[in-house]
Amino acid sequence: MAIVSIPTAVATSERPVKNRRINRTRLPAALALLPTALIVLVVYIGCMLWTVRLSFTSSTLLPKLDWVGFAQYSRLFMNDRFLVSAENILIFGVLFISGCLILGFMLAVFIDQNVRAEGVFRTIFLYPYAMSFVVTGVAWQWFLNPGLGLQKLVRDMGFENFTFDWLVNQQMAIYTIVIAGLWHGAGLTMAILLAGLRGVDSELWKAARIDGIPTWRVYLSIVLPLLRPMVVTATVLLATGVVKLYDLVVAMTLGGPGIATEVPAKFVMDHLFERNNIALGTAAATVMLITVVAILAPWIYAKYVRPQGRPA
Amino acid sequence: MSTAIPQGRRPRHLTIGRIGVYAFLITAALFFMLPLWIMLVTSLKPMDEIRLGNILALPVNLTFEAWTKAWSSACTGLECNGISVGFWNSVRILIPSVILSITAGAINGYALSLWRVRGANVIFGILLLGAFIPYQVFLYPLVRIFSTTGIYNSLLCIIIVHVIFGLPTMTLLFRNYYAGLPIELFKAARIDGGGFWTIFFRVMLPMSTPIIVVAAILQVTGIWNDFIFGLTFAGRENLPMTVQLNNIVHSTQGERAYNVDMAATMLAALVPLVVYFVSGRWFVRGIAAGAVKG
Amino acid sequence: MSTVSVRDITVAFEAVRVFNGLSLDFEAGEFIVLLGPSGCGKSTLLNAIAGLLDISEGQIWIGGQNVTWEEPKDRGIAMVFQSYALYPRMSVRENMSFGLKMAKTPKPEIEKRVKQAAELLQITHLLDRRPDQLSGGQRQRVAIGRALVRDAAVFLFDEPLSNLDAQLRNELRVEIKRLHARLGKTTMIYVTHDQIEAMTLADRIVVMKDQMIQQVGSPAEIYHRPANMFVAGFVGSPQMNFIKGRLEDTGSGPIFVSGQRRLPLHGYTFTGSPSPGQEVVLGVRPEHLKIVELGAWPGFSVDIIEPMGADTVIWCSDREGSLQVRTSGDIRLSAGDHLNLGIDAAQISLFDAESGQRL
Repeated sequence: MAIVSIPTAVATSERPVKNRRINRTRLPAALALLPTALIVLVVYIGCMLWTVRLSFTSSTLLPKLDWVGFAQYSRLFMNDRFLVSAENILIFGVLFISGCLILGFMLAVFIDQNVRAEGVFRTIFLYPYAMSFVVTGVAWQWFLNPGLGLQKLVRDMGFENFTFDWLVNQQMAIYTIVIAGLWHGAGLTMAILLAGLRGVDSELWKAARIDGIPTWRVYLSIVLPLLRPMVVTATVLLATGVVKLYDLVVAMTLGGPGIATEVPAKFVMDHLFERNNIALGTAAATVMLITVVAILAPWIYAKYVRPQGRPA
Repeated sequence: MSTAIPQGRRPRHLTIGRIGVYAFLITAALFFMLPLWIMLVTSLKPMDEIRLGNILALPVNLTFEAWTKAWSSACTGLECNGISVGFWNSVRILIPSVILSITAGAINGYALSLWRVRGANVIFGILLLGAFIPYQVFLYPLVRIFSTTGIYNSLLCIIIVHVIFGLPTMTLLFRNYYAGLPIELFKAARIDGGGFWTIFFRVMLPMSTPIIVVAAILQVTGIWNDFIFGLTFAGRENLPMTVQLNNIVHSTQGERAYNVDMAATMLAALVPLVVYFVSGRWFVRGIAAGAVKG
Repeated sequence: MSTVSVRDITVAFEAVRVFNGLSLDFEAGEFIVLLGPSGCGKSTLLNAIAGLLDISEGQIWIGGQNVTWEEPKDRGIAMVFQSYALYPRMSVRENMSFGLKMAKTPKPEIEKRVKQAAELLQITHLLDRRPDQLSGGQRQRVAIGRALVRDAAVFLFDEPLSNLDAQLRNELRVEIKRLHARLGKTTMIYVTHDQIEAMTLADRIVVMKDQMIQQVGSPAEIYHRPANMFVAGFVGSPQMNFIKGRLEDTGSGPIFVSGQRRLPLHGYTFTGSPSPGQEVVLGVRPEHLKIVELGAWPGFSVDIIEPMGADTVIWCSDREGSLQVRTSGDIRLSAGDHLNLGIDAAQISLFDAESGQRL
């Protein structure tokens, strides 16, 4: 006991001295993090709160700091343009994410079949992801325009009555954006899932072969559940793309025809910088923020909060 | 032959399944190649041929006129100096932004992973959450801040914005990389008397080449392809190539010159495409690394 | 009852051909261990038998059927892997019944077989758990269970115990041996690099190196009459002592000479006819060197003593070099002591110095 108590006594008496020394050596580290801390404070927290605050004002061209309560929000939810935007982002989000996951998984599985020229296929499927949304939008707008693009191509082949005018059709225009989005993002899902497929224990495949399980069944029942982390990763990445959807719409349809392809991000940008309605714009931005947080919260809870409560 | 005793290699038949695999892959490949193909052939045709001919067909009268026009004399709004202006603007935005954001990410990642600074994890947590928040939430106040400080609509302004919004991914990338290195290395350097900056420059940075390459790929493509920040913060003089391209496509008076549009699009896609084809597998590693946001 | 027969097989990887016409026969109901260092081709051979790897020449017969072109599932085999290869996110029960379900086995039959196998392996209480809720030993039991329900005539084991810690390994080793006895008619082919597993489990051991079969024989044959220096050195721990020397003929029969060390070879059974003056290597196991009052080889001094409990390994040397001696655990010696060694020619192995083959 005596032996144990001596170091304890020494440690307590020296602790303050030791701490001061550590603080001095850690000072440069703290200083190095200072700019980031300031940015976090000013931009990530400050600007966000400022935006939220502005949404409760009656600001138009210039910011005012009055208080109008939820007036802007009630205006927002009666605004056709915003309602169309919200509906569009829902359609786009669901179709784009599920489409990318399904197409990406199929591409990954088919590439995994020991095919020749695997590298060529992989390169072709992924290159769109390297291109900007503006380029993507312009390219698809050109291909899908009814006058000179796909519709004319098929008509020239002899199908005189063929019609594909989604790009200029109020009801269908949003789906052309989905097509362009799929083209841009499916390769990314393919790459992430393919990396997951390659990580599957080869003995698992052998065991399944001995058990006589058909290949497609192995993929669905055994491999797909193993890929869950990759599917989550891909989904998160695609979802951030959905929230940011702006450039693609601007380049492809400018929100048209009419307001058929408006999206929330564009609604905010237009009201902040062109329509001189800062309060309405920031209210829409706040709604976007709340939506993202609501979607993110369960995921963060599952990933960070819950595991700590469970024994390792 | 059909009665042969099974011996040696199992005979392989080109099964329907096999044909199906290739049929699917080739169809998919055609779908993915299509836009690039029509952009290329359209940019090489004169307008008459575009109006009358097949959108997929190779040009009959091959001409590079559209490319020259797109580069040096297409109209981007009021001025008609081609997309080359945007190209050089993008280069001037890209180089300092990439260097600064990687530097900031490396220092942050190093400080966060190896030095236990109190409160640092809270900062990092907020930073990561910030990566998911739509940019629209930050834009207006940022514009106000920059106008008050008098740097709004300048090269400096857009560079700062790129560094700020590159912070989450860059910090995460370097933090994970340094956290994956053997900690003994850091301990040994501490015992040898290295301080914060000595260890960073002498020990950590020389080992960071792979992650710097990944970060560079991410940032070069990301910043080159940016539209919204360029539009909002760069100012009329410094508009990047993506914004200029959009202006060319949407601002033409009279008949649209599709060949010029497509040539301009190809030009705008060139830098990321080159990065993509040169970096190969690193590109995948980059997007995968950027994807593990938690 | 199923015999397994590998006839003149060759496996071709991109540019490399291995085995070049290797043949091997396994008796029905036999427990055969393929033993060798990593990269010796033992797993490749097992995968070829399983049909997981296409051979480029030759035939494979199982139970009197030519199965060279058959799918693995149609070969009447079951297999257990090193990494267990349990299907994640399926319960133990689902893992064991998945293959049968695919083969459209009637449900009551599946349940019966799973129940039997689970009881045999004492994993009944684990049936509703997931693989990630099991310990390594339990996982491997489940993997064996999955193989059992297939009711196969041939069991293939690919290093099944290598991922387990020492104690579990011993436990499961006994279990596998018991299983083989219990099933009676099942042929088991077992790949390992662990000589203790090989010695304890096998009816016959096949020692392999560089994709070639070095020796096929019972554990006793492999241990006492190794066919070449590789087998002699690979099997046995501590390793066999090798002493370089020469054969001399004194008129009363051949004598082994290595400097001062001499050993008349009356008791040794030569497989060939040795020639005097031939360069040879004498191999003697540490337990076959005896510490004696008056021995054939005097003048050793003790360098290091390694007590191992039941027995003690003594490193001792004379001017020619050092030797390991295994002796009982209660021996009282210390470093620097002098001792004489006795050696019985009937217990040694002699190898040609050049080819390494047994003489």
